[in-house]
Amino acid sequence: MRRYLPIICLILLTIFPLVVPNDYYLHLMILVLMWVVIGTAWNLIAGYTGQVSFGDAAFFGTGAYTAGLLTTKLMISPWWGLILGGVTAAILALPFGWICFRLRGAYFALATLALNEVMRHIGTIWESLTNGMVGILIVQTFMSKLPYYYIVLTMAVVSVVSVRLVMRSKWGYYFLSIREDQDAAESLGIDSHFYKMVSLGIAAALTGVAGGFYMNYMGFIDPHVVFSLHDISIMAILVGIVGGVGTIYGPAVGAFIMVAVQELFRTGFFGTLMAAAKSTGSGYFIKIVEYFNMAHVLGFGLLVVLVILFLPNGVVGDWDKILRFLRLKRSEAEA
Amino acid sequence: MEVFFQTLVAGILKGSLYALIGMGMTLIMGVMGIINLAHGQLMMVAMYVTFTLHAFFGIDPYLSLVVAMPTLFILGAIIQQWFLNPLMKVESILPENQVLMTVGVGMVLTEVMRFIFTSDYKSVQTSYSKSAWYFWDISVSVPLTIDFFFAVGLTVLLLLFLIKTDTGRAIRATAQDKDAALLMGVDSEKITVITFGLGAALVAAAGTLLIPVYYLFPDIGGPFTRKAFVICVLGGMGSAVGAIFGGMTLGLAEAFGAAYIGMEFEDMIGLIIFILVLLFLPGGFKRLTKV
Amino acid sequence: MSFFEVKDLVKNFGGLLAVNGVSFSVKEGEIFGLIGPNGSGKTTIFNLITGFYPLTRGEIYFEGKRIDGLKTYKICKLGIGRTFQVVKPLARLTVLDNVMASAFNRSTTIKDAREKALEALEFCGLAHRQDVLARSLPIGERKRLEITRSFATGPKLILLDETAAGLNPAELNKAIELILKIRDNGVTIVIVEHIMRVIMSISERILAINYGMPIGMGTPQEVADNEEVIKAYLGEEVDFA
Repeated sequence: MRRYLPIICLILLTIFPLVVPNDYYLHLMILVLMWVVIGTAWNLIAGYTGQVSFGDAAFFGTGAYTAGLLTTKLMISPWWGLILGGVTAAILALPFGWICFRLRGAYFALATLALNEVMRHIGTIWESLTNGMVGILIVQTFMSKLPYYYIVLTMAVVSVVSVRLVMRSKWGYYFLSIREDQDAAESLGIDSHFYKMVSLGIAAALTGVAGGFYMNYMGFIDPHVVFSLHDISIMAILVGIVGGVGTIYGPAVGAFIMVAVQELFRTGFFGTLMAAAKSTGSGYFIKIVEYFNMAHVLGFGLLVVLVILFLPNGVVGDWDKILRFLRLKRSEAEA
Repeated sequence: MEVFFQTLVAGILKGSLYALIGMGMTLIMGVMGIINLAHGQLMMVAMYVTFTLHAFFGIDPYLSLVVAMPTLFILGAIIQQWFLNPLMKVESILPENQVLMTVGVGMVLTEVMRFIFTSDYKSVQTSYSKSAWYFWDISVSVPLTIDFFFAVGLTVLLLLFLIKTDTGRAIRATAQDKDAALLMGVDSEKITVITFGLGAALVAAAGTLLIPVYYLFPDIGGPFTRKAFVICVLGGMGSAVGAIFGGMTLGLAEAFGAAYIGMEFEDMIGLIIFILVLLFLPGGFKRLTKV
Repeated sequence: MSFFEVKDLVKNFGGLLAVNGVSFSVKEGEIFGLIGPNGSGKTTIFNLITGFYPLTRGEIYFEGKRIDGLKTYKICKLGIGRTFQVVKPLARLTVLDNVMASAFNRSTTIKDAREKALEALEFCGLAHRQDVLARSLPIGERKRLEITRSFATGPKLILLDETAAGLNPAELNKAIELILKIRDNGVTIVIVEHIMRVIMSISERILAINYGMPIGMGTPQEVADNEEVIKAYLGEEVDFA
């Protein structure tokens, strides 16, 4: 049963728009699938290679700006940005990796965080190129969400399958060896510096492609959206961790959960909280719910804390733990 | 020339506060081996403590040091005891779990403060906030001068504490070799809690000292967290003396950058320094001075 | 020209001379022993040979090629394998995956690496444990995994760092057997060992060092009779049997 689960999910995803012809849910699913791409990429470098990136937004934003600038500056279809966004993100990532992988330990994590900030500053300051805070606006190609859905579904499938293929090759073994013990890996003939760059390059390229898609889909970007530390970089980490670090399908599960959680917080549980508060007629409650709706970052922060404390290996990685917990509860109830 | 000296003085004064921020971070780095990405956020909390004391009770910011520092010490100790130490016992793939936890804690602190105080800019206006004294032709801000002496005093106290007291020695021993310290009978869990508390108290001092001359809003933590890790990397992670050098360097670089390149580049300067250090001086000043 | 040669090796750790003027050469097909009291610099010599630390001074030659200054992985690619005194298993991978990761040193496809890894596991007597996670192995088998892994890289020379420490007498005999078997397979061996029974019985020549300096060299018997070596070991619990 477990073997066929991915295929069943794929079939369900393929027919989803036919079953649920609702633009709102289609939009959410498009976001989920985009996060599958980003989370899978993050998982490759962090979960499998052990080099935790805190600045995925740098690559995401680079991809998005590539797509946007191709249109506004060169009058080329932004869809080229899907490919070229990945290329530019990899071009950014490789020299960056070359510099920081010379050092071990926390340097990479810090450097990615710094890169994230640098890119956001550049996006803001270099107004002649990026329009600064005004951002970039392009005309979307399709009116319907349907084409976007199938494009991003293809992207998600391609990224999951390609990471799966990579992990079943020599490279995969090398990435895991580096994660488990870099000294041992080196002594087994593995050029850890080079292979960390390979892993980062692939991850950055996939993330850049997702950025290129975001530009096409949303039609608008600005530095604070696509280079956002919380909404992109931390979200990518959460998608990876919630789903399950170092598992193939973990990030896909994580993407689903995280987009759902994000949406729940953003809409105040689809407005039910507000409705409940209004029904009490108390201005005080309404005010609290208003705050709550604004404070989706707080929910995010709490989620980071709780997940790391209780589910450090994610839903997929800690699945047995969750089952045991549920079973324990049930048997207690029965008793 | 006048601009140059003006900038030099401003840089040194700012650098002394950065040294305080960096020392707190580097202590945590040295003992626990983690980067505390909630460092700036802890400072922000301390600033709100000071702000509240001034706004509601009219307490002078400098006097609030005796409240803000212990408060943050306790907050830091709680974070270490209940949020970071439990992670040591959990089996997980990512070595950076604790660092991620500090990110989460930082986000929660920011949002809780936003909940209480809203996103509005706040500031504390004191009678001396804008006053200055003159050193030949250079005008020097009075509060920044007071800050400087406080910062130097606290730095000396910290170094004395680390060198002279048993707890301080245990902290240094743990930083040098955790296993050896354990064998020598150091209660490492207790040391980590004290260290995190101490680090938080130091950055709280920096925040409180900044209040008379700075504005305050919930998101101010992020930039200071980044400054703190730049200082740490610059000084060589884990080195208290390195952090003083690192703090001074960053203060001067920011001051000169803002004066000669442009204000909008101020935040980027630290990050550029960070990349330069990674490129040309991996290991920071510690490598040059061996302290 | 000798198969493997170390000339005047010096390593200075911030003022502390961990290795101070060690030279030796190893013949092809030989088992060469390296002994010395704790902290005498044996493991440091291995770390210098495999490029984990840069040399302060000295030269290292392997098959006529100068290899000091090369990166660790390149030294492995040239055909020098090593084990670690403090074992470094790839903890969350299975035993088979551990060995496959190293078999990729001389193969590119999964299938080929798998075959080579299974061969190595069979050869080293660890095949029955191939599906176990490396971290759940007991210490004796972890040591064996270290040897298997470095053997799977297809080395011409293996540096064994205290692979017999912590083993019980039965395991010890098996370890000796394995080392001899690897030698008979055409691999030259340099071995650091604390257990005299092992090193005296399998080494053809032995170099004794103390405080990073050579104090005696020769056949096992010559070294055992050497005044300086005996003096260096005085006060240490040594079994020359």
